[in-house]
Amino acid sequence: METLNFLMQGFEVATRPENLLVALFGAFVGTIVGLLPGLGPINGVALLLPLAFALGLSPETALILLAAVYLGCEYGGRISAILLNVPGDAAAVMTTLDGYPLARQGKAGIALSLSAVSSFIGSMIATCGVVLFAPILANWAVAFGPAEYFVLMIFAIACLGGMVGDKPVKTLMAALIGLALATVGVDSTTGVYRFTFGSVSLSDGIQFVIVVIGFFSVSEVLLMLEKTHNGQKAVKASGRLLFNFKEFCFTFWTMVRSSLAGFVIGVLPGAGATIASAMTYMTEKRMAGPNGKFGDGDLRGLAAPEAANNASACGSLIPMLTLGVPGSGTTAVMIGALTLYNITPGPLLFEQQPDVVWGLIASLFIGNVILLVMNIPLVGLFARMLSVPNWVLVPAITVISMVGVYAVHSTTFDLVLMIGLGVFGYILRKLDFPLSALILGFVLGELMEDNLRRALSISAGDLSILWNSPISLCLWALTALMLGLPGLRWWRSRRAAQLANA
Amino acid sequence: MKTAFTRIALATACMAFAGQLLAAEPKRPECIAPAKPGGGFDLTCKLAQSGLKDAGLLKAPMRVTYMPGGVGAVAYNAVIAQRADDPGTITAFSSGSLLNLAQGKFGRYDETGVRWLAAVGTDYGAITVRADSPYQSLDDLVKALKKDPTSIVFGAGATIGGQDWMQTALIARLAGIDPKNLRYVAFEGGGETLTAMLGGHVQVTSSGLGEVTPQLAAKKVRILAVLSEERLPGKLADIPTAKEQGYDIVWPVIRGFYMGPDVTDEQYNWWKQQFDTLLAREDFATLREQRDLLPLSVTGDELKALVFKQVEEYKALAGEFGLMQ
Repeated sequence: METLNFLMQGFEVATRPENLLVALFGAFVGTIVGLLPGLGPINGVALLLPLAFALGLSPETALILLAAVYLGCEYGGRISAILLNVPGDAAAVMTTLDGYPLARQGKAGIALSLSAVSSFIGSMIATCGVVLFAPILANWAVAFGPAEYFVLMIFAIACLGGMVGDKPVKTLMAALIGLALATVGVDSTTGVYRFTFGSVSLSDGIQFVIVVIGFFSVSEVLLMLEKTHNGQKAVKASGRLLFNFKEFCFTFWTMVRSSLAGFVIGVLPGAGATIASAMTYMTEKRMAGPNGKFGDGDLRGLAAPEAANNASACGSLIPMLTLGVPGSGTTAVMIGALTLYNITPGPLLFEQQPDVVWGLIASLFIGNVILLVMNIPLVGLFARMLSVPNWVLVPAITVISMVGVYAVHSTTFDLVLMIGLGVFGYILRKLDFPLSALILGFVLGELMEDNLRRALSISAGDLSILWNSPISLCLWALTALMLGLPGLRWWRSRRAAQLANA
Repeated sequence: MKTAFTRIALATACMAFAGQLLAAEPKRPECIAPAKPGGGFDLTCKLAQSGLKDAGLLKAPMRVTYMPGGVGAVAYNAVIAQRADDPGTITAFSSGSLLNLAQGKFGRYDETGVRWLAAVGTDYGAITVRADSPYQSLDDLVKALKKDPTSIVFGAGATIGGQDWMQTALIARLAGIDPKNLRYVAFEGGGETLTAMLGGHVQVTSSGLGEVTPQLAAKKVRILAVLSEERLPGKLADIPTAKEQGYDIVWPVIRGFYMGPDVTDEQYNWWKQQFDTLLAREDFATLREQRDLLPLSVTGDELKALVFKQVEEYKALAGEFGLMQ
């Protein structure tokens, strides 16, 4: 009951005209920033923070602005992923897998509108989760130690098994290349530089955004150039712009499941939206079994990652609000913003700054509705991007990617590295290696290594720490289930066949 | 009375000085934060940004750009190679950068590679445990370590050889054990470390004081010792120093700025001037306190001497702990 009162108070804050205006502005900017490859939520938030401060916005208004940008980016990332096969931000990598094939089939409008709804449902479910469970989940997130994170990554990798598909060797090799790239840079425990070849530019390793832009954006540009040369024609966006009721029902439970999973993963500091979207995509693929057309434009394969990455973004606000520790890179910047206002983010935030906290939570609801209302009518406009000729598109994507990467790191080395990785990615794509496996190897590899070493430092080398807590046991059980699922299905179908024969 | 006099004297001196030099304000001033947005370097740049703007010392708005990599190594190299004579660029550094510099992790350049401009504040190292921890004082901790070095797990947001690790190594040295025998877990940043300690995965956090004070207000943690010369002012006065507990460890975390090596004296002095004026202002002190930084105002040659001295000390420590490659 008390929570409800607080929430009402929050809505009172969030519906003040200036806050509504700011949420609208933030949602719009966020969508655009999310759409541009290279620029993700962390840049959007960092860009607008000085503006908020310069305008003299009150702390709750500033935070509402930043949260709207954050949500907007998670919405925007899908647009370029679906239309151009270039993920607008890292969390949208999985969206390309089914979103782009859908666009090629002329269903761009359906894909865009359905993914907007998925994003909406993801954020809504997660925001409700924030309202109802924030304090409980905060304690749960703290119980997650290095050992538990390690097992979570094992689980994630077990989910990825579903990706192997019909080219197991190439998938495995792509994942290994990803793992190899993740080892570059300072060793997180000993501080020794690995594979940096004496260059300080590699001292922090290869930045995630450069890997994503290089492998997806640059290599896509090269493929487009090749197509232009061969004189292929671009597809037209045809038919409906909006999904129908049947399609919505078909994907509804996928959205709900993925939202819940994405939210839970988002609450864990350190996991994040990319892993959430990958895990839910793979789980859905597994669950669909051979009936799915995953990879060739299955609507569920589009709905799952979009619901999950939005839910995860909302979930990552929980550690920030309840513990004062960032749940993601973006929330780290938001914490910095609070500090600028002389508000100390920490366990006391809920008590000391109810206006800020509940205003923020209420604005998530409002921002979400704004984003949905804004995104659906724009589908038609965005879908027209498909009819843009390649001679405009290719230079535009190139320039935007370059500017994006340079804006983030301001070093020319990263630009060169990005192009190098892009050419490498182009070759891999021509050889039919799945790049999404590479990206996941890159993300998971680093987290897995770090957490395994941390866990073993804690236990002084005793391996039993990896299965000593209820959480890790639970995760191991889920892993076994994930690995056993195809076997189970096979057994069931065989039995069904036997029964039919009998 | 005395402070007022000093202030007037300082102001007069400043004006006289400014009249002589009168180098123009650089176009497009920029502060490079050599890390991702949101960290300590970002905070340092923002402090200068808002401080200089509020005081009217900088008319054009100063941009903050991010150049992450190696606790400042990438930015250090970029400034020397590409912006050696750029009068508009200042770059944030911290004691953590100096530590890596001392260990030869900044490429082929050493501490003479840039012009050290101003230190604007400092934090101090802190040794923290959970509020329900059995260790009540630094002494308890050191005694427990002496008894069994492997009984305690330290967590920190830096790799071996980083600042937070150095703090634990110094404690180990006091307990008479080899730092290599410590159970040390490196996390990514202070936030992750704190989360791990609150969850009971590690017992002790070694970090900067600013990173743990928010949790202190919520009574979730106990700070066993702050690694400063003497007790800190204000609300931090309750925290005991390591020194008063009989352990001589002092670990300041200086935050400041440097400029490219080929910036002219005129331009360098213009910036020094602005910082001298800024650091003497009362409203800047408030701004600095809001960002959990303690007063430290050193500019120009004084800072250069301080940096060189610190780097020498770090080199000696790194050599002693077997970190030099």
